[in-house]
Amino acid sequence: MAKATAKNRIAVVGGGISGLMATLKICEAGGEVDLFSYCPPKRSHSLCAQGGMNACMDTKGEGDTTYIHFDDTVYGGDFLADQVAVKGMCEAAPGIVEMFDRMGVPFTRTAEGVLDLRNFGGQKKKRTVFAGSTTGQQLLYALDEQVRKWETKGQVHTYIFWEFIKIIKNKQGVCRGMVAQNMNSMEIKAFREDAVILATGGPGQIFGLCTASTICNGSAVGAVYAQGAHIGNPEFIQIHPTAIPGTDKNRLMSEACRGEGGRIWVYKNGQPWYFLEEKYPDYGNLVPRDIASREIFDVCVNQGLGVDGENKVYLDLSHIPADYLERKLGGILEMYSEFMGQDPRKVPMTIYPSVHYSMGGIWVDREHNTNIPGLMASGECDYQYHGANRLGANSLLSAAYSGTIVGPVAMKWATRCNKLREMEGWLARKSKGESLMAAQEKAIAQPSDSDLRLYEESLKEARSIHMVMQPKIESDGTEKPPVIDQNNLYALRMEMGDELTDEELEAARQECVNEFENILQMNGEENAHELHQELGRLMNKYVTIERVNKDLDFCFGEVKKILARWNNIGVTDRGHWANQEAMFVRQLRNMILYALVITKAARMRDESRGAHFKREFPNRDDEHFMKITVADYDPKTEEPVITYEDFDHSLIKPRARTYGSK
Amino acid sequence: MAEQKTVTFVIERQDGPDQKPYTQEFDVPYNPALNVVAALMEIQKNPVTRDGKRVAPVVWECNCLEKVCGACMMVINGKAQQACCALVAQLKQPVHLAPARTFPVIRDLLIDRTVMFESLKRIHGWINVDGSWKVHEAPRQNPYTAQTAYEISHCMTCGCCLEACPNVGPQSDFIGPAPVVQAYLFNINPMGKYDEPTRLNALMEKGGITSCGNSQNCVQACPKNIKLTTYLAQLNRDVNMQALKNIFNN
Repeated sequence: MAKATAKNRIAVVGGGISGLMATLKICEAGGEVDLFSYCPPKRSHSLCAQGGMNACMDTKGEGDTTYIHFDDTVYGGDFLADQVAVKGMCEAAPGIVEMFDRMGVPFTRTAEGVLDLRNFGGQKKKRTVFAGSTTGQQLLYALDEQVRKWETKGQVHTYIFWEFIKIIKNKQGVCRGMVAQNMNSMEIKAFREDAVILATGGPGQIFGLCTASTICNGSAVGAVYAQGAHIGNPEFIQIHPTAIPGTDKNRLMSEACRGEGGRIWVYKNGQPWYFLEEKYPDYGNLVPRDIASREIFDVCVNQGLGVDGENKVYLDLSHIPADYLERKLGGILEMYSEFMGQDPRKVPMTIYPSVHYSMGGIWVDREHNTNIPGLMASGECDYQYHGANRLGANSLLSAAYSGTIVGPVAMKWATRCNKLREMEGWLARKSKGESLMAAQEKAIAQPSDSDLRLYEESLKEARSIHMVMQPKIESDGTEKPPVIDQNNLYALRMEMGDELTDEELEAARQECVNEFENILQMNGEENAHELHQELGRLMNKYVTIERVNKDLDFCFGEVKKILARWNNIGVTDRGHWANQEAMFVRQLRNMILYALVITKAARMRDESRGAHFKREFPNRDDEHFMKITVADYDPKTEEPVITYEDFDHSLIKPRARTYGSK
Repeated sequence: MAEQKTVTFVIERQDGPDQKPYTQEFDVPYNPALNVVAALMEIQKNPVTRDGKRVAPVVWECNCLEKVCGACMMVINGKAQQACCALVAQLKQPVHLAPARTFPVIRDLLIDRTVMFESLKRIHGWINVDGSWKVHEAPRQNPYTAQTAYEISHCMTCGCCLEACPNVGPQSDFIGPAPVVQAYLFNINPMGKYDEPTRLNALMEKGGITSCGNSQNCVQACPKNIKLTTYLAQLNRDVNMQALKNIFNN
């Protein structure tokens, strides 16, 4: 029999904004959290969010409302987001800002000492609160500090530098634990958990070059997908229009540059051509990211007007006073100077679009439950809120908001697990007590050797068992027998199934150990990092701004070849200490599986919507495709099976998404 | 002058915490935008030393590559800094890489900075809010004070200042400039102020601010240009004031 733990135990995988927010909520509700992270939470990728977080604060006299925020988000997402979920997020946003403010986030303030607001893409009202140009860093730090406080109270158990490997399901298919590996000692350990929350961020590294951190590989999502978790809307990958192209990564140049007045242009016939301002007079440089990226792509690739004939355009801040820039955008301008050796206060920056964010991710319901009971997902790794395109500064919001939803949901689930554990534990002890008593009576009536032995044994246990079978005496002297409501017991058994046995935990652990030992023995020709680079090149070439069915078919075939070549990897490091190479090999396989999902889903969606654009099907096709893409893993073919699902779009009637283009 | 084709890296390696360090040299294809992390990534793809030996790839820590996460701090040509923004074109060659030995070395360039995060617990590095639920409106703040807070809040716990500080090490129990200065960040917050005495008292204890020798190395090492010495001086005054208060109030 599994040992009953006294307290709820919830695993949170990922120490970014969403994971930390969920952790806080669970601690506040009295739960305990096992917090797993690749890195100290302070180094999570949330800190790369620069521009700000959207919330209708309406402190600029513009008459902003949460409804307009809601409408902008739905329109921006090209009517593919669950509208009830989005509405909830937009309404909660001002409260979340207030919470962060109380936690000490050094937001940029106005002369009067209230939070300043700036413009952002796809919104006509000033709605974005910010801390200079490092808003994500500041929000992340505030939550990290709060979680550290809970750590000192003993409610957060951190597993820093531990990598999530997979979840463990019980016989009934309910997630009741997980396996993780210490990234230094290489120890692999199985954990019994009441619920597992994945908050593991985006899959940018599948595209090789992107704006994401090296840890954003989507590996955990690939792992649970292969265990049966569905992925929603995987084809919707956001390409950020303004990044500094690099050979190791594309560094983000925040949308805040344009929010603060930055202009995009190229030379045309010897004159500066502000092509976004010309085509979209209503929004100008602040059209949503998918549109800006497509226009830049078109100007460079199709019209050949890129700066110096290369794939880049100007992002110009040089007309804005330097002290204003310093206060509002200091951090990132310094970064540009550092990496490019030019001062953006004086000369226009050169930038180009880059893979940036995944609107798609693990399928969840509005409470962030996945299709596997006991497994939840929140933050960028889920698919909720952004539809076909995310508005700038909505990602910090959705990360934090989804954490506030998933934490309490996991806690409620874990409390029910605990209730079931309590009842099952009591019933088991009761039945054991009854059989011991029967044995005692039999031994007294007809003593035989074996019965006598049993009798002696039972004497030892009798007292404690007897106690258990008596009603509990409360401290105030009243008697309170444990309530066993048969209906409730039945319902909980149906929902949670069995507790994981020690044998099941060990079997799951051993499976991961074997898998890892096999990787250490890999002796083929391929280098895992080279293979990763090839995967990234393919995905970047075929599954980004413009997608063509013929190319997607080709790409899918090539990625399948890469999956096969994965078996032919050779590792040079066969040690059992801080072996980053072997861990990367394991991650890479999950990344390849996820790449297949993105590519297949893109191939199947024959329309253009938000970030997903096909010249063959240039229009949005609401009749056939106003549906959520759902990808399910087929273990036989190792390919996804794609189906489509209806969703709630009852609040705002779909309309053409033109952003007033001329 | 012929265009440079490769750049040589001399890397101090170590297989585990109790192992002896040794060096290996690698040639990496050069390009003008090459930074140290990008070079280490190249070595991952082809982990072969200059003398043609296939070895285990170099182990190090990195995440964001934008100088915000603080992970990739290492000693480059003798100076503790972030590897991601160390452009090879601006470095003396061959480029020497070593782990920041102020911290325990886990493997190669990978170090254990747990102590820095533990120190943040000691200085009560948080605003003691009642909860994440709605309590009241957040207090207004002086925009200038908020700007100071913003500056200090850039500290990415990278450890450059600890590596540069002569008083952090086995000879002393000084917790280092970064965690000490974080106390100032919370003390200037309108609500964080309530716990100022707790933080100042924590800084009075062993390894606190009295262990600072005012060498001024930290402020030069900080990759985020935080005016560490200014805030250390301010904290020093605050701690002395608190000490006097402690005497007179007892």
